[in-house]
Amino acid sequence: MQHLLFCPRQCALIHVERQWEENRFTAEGRVAHEKVHEAGSETRGGRRIVSGLPLRSLRLGLSGQADVVEFEADGAPFPVEHKRGRAKEEDWDRVQLCAQALCLEEMTGRTVERGALFYGKTRRREDVFFDADLRRRTEETAARLHELVESGRTPSPEPSGRCRNCSLASVCLPGARRPVEPYLRKAFDE
Amino acid sequence: MKHYLNTLYVTTQGAYLAKDGECVLVRVEGEDRLRLPIHGLGGIVCFGQVSCSPFLLGHCAENGVGVSFLTERGRFLARVQGPVSGNVLLRREQYRRADDPAASAAAARCLLTGKIANCRAVLLRTARDHEDKVNAGALRGAAERLTDCGRRLDPGLPLDVLRGIEGEAGNAYFEVFDHLLTNQKEEFRFSGRSRRPPLDRINCLLSFFYVLLAHDVRSALESVGLDPAVGFLHRDRPGRPGLALDLMEEFRPVLADRLALSLVNLGQVQARGFRVEENGAVRMDDDTRKAVLVAYQKRKQEEMRHPFLDEKAPLGLMPYLQALLFARWLRGDLDGYPPFLWR
Ligand code: SF4
Repeated sequence: MQHLLFCPRQCALIHVERQWEENRFTAEGRVAHEKVHEAGSETRGGRRIVSGLPLRSLRLGLSGQADVVEFEADGAPFPVEHKRGRAKEEDWDRVQLCAQALCLEEMTGRTVERGALFYGKTRRREDVFFDADLRRRTEETAARLHELVESGRTPSPEPSGRCRNCSLASVCLPGARRPVEPYLRKAFDE
Repeated sequence: MKHYLNTLYVTTQGAYLAKDGECVLVRVEGEDRLRLPIHGLGGIVCFGQVSCSPFLLGHCAENGVGVSFLTERGRFLARVQGPVSGNVLLRREQYRRADDPAASAAAARCLLTGKIANCRAVLLRTARDHEDKVNAGALRGAAERLTDCGRRLDPGLPLDVLRGIEGEAGNAYFEVFDHLLTNQKEEFRFSGRSRRPPLDRINCLLSFFYVLLAHDVRSALESVGLDPAVGFLHRDRPGRPGLALDLMEEFRPVLADRLALSLVNLGQVQARGFRVEENGAVRMDDDTRKAVLVAYQKRKQEEMRHPFLDEKAPLGLMPYLQALLFARWLRGDLDGYPPFLWR
């Protein structure tokens, strides 16, 4: 879902075309994730902390894995997602976390009101409240994701500033958009 | 830019390749000879009596590393490849366009533009750089005929007319090919294209490079999710990698022909490194084959500016970039296929 929010083409390249190009950012993210996922589960002060918990929602057609879910003594789940880097202006990370909350609600039958994002670069924890607005946007994003994957079509690139940080730029070739005919015509000049 | 990954060529007879953790282990007569991390590899090519453990093959398949098996002389035998990657809709579009005469002709026209322009560039470059040593007049004359062929590649021409132009251009190019030799001219005289078997030393070199190039282009097509078997210029024939042959055309003059010529011209291969057999077939000896593989590998590492993308990349990555651009055309993101034009 965060891929879709970042760029629909990137999302299609990964989930429709199955192209995956590791760059420095994704590699570091993966290593950080592996560390978190390794941990398993432990109990601290009456809370059970579970790492790498598989999640799914039949209603939204989503599945994935949560970095960390903390279960209160009464069993209430609280998802915590670890992010490399810093908080983003857009709410991609909140939508992604909310999707985990919706999965947890469906799987446990309990309401999940809050969760947290942990940013590695700033070592800051941001609490996220899953309000009606965020829930609605999360559901919309899930629906758009399904449309994209079912259409099987990869959207054309829309070059923008984010291409610079895009792990798939070398597969996407956002710069290759000029007309070919003049290029062919010039082949025999000089 | 995507990384350019090396190809591992194994020519030692009796070698056994196994998976050792994340490495490829090459073992000869029970002795570990080489250990290479798999992640740095783009492909493995085995010549003759070389075997691979199933675990290594599986690991290669998983990591998108294509493994090809050739005879000791370089004839293609088989290829092991993981699950087909990419989008089935892209391949369907490839088949649809290959079935449509107008669309195939449009693709063929772009492919031929690359082929003819690059042949011409090779002739002009030699005429310029070796003015004193070659018959520059003959080379320029042939280049002019190629220019004429190229300019006649109008949009909308049917496939058979395009093929006619291709034939004409091929004749013009190979008629003067012998003039591109500046050294060892007698020993490496080129007497027309001959293959299966190659009947002279230069043809022997060319055929070998074409096999290596075919491996690279095929891997590039597979990695972007195209079907290397269904071509536009080369029509379907069972067992023939049509699209790989199509895309090879623009690279042959630049990667294979020029490299074969420079090996001879710089004396990096010698006439005595080749053997003529009873049936007239010419074959390389082991040392020559090794020298040729090293030269090919080195050539692919040379950086170049991609003329359409306007980005620098090693020559070895160009087939991959061309495969991406071909997919772009199929998807309708580009109004044509921009071939790799060498200058
Ligand atoms: S390079 Fe730009 S357009 Fe292409 S996938 Fe990445 S963000 Fe999207």
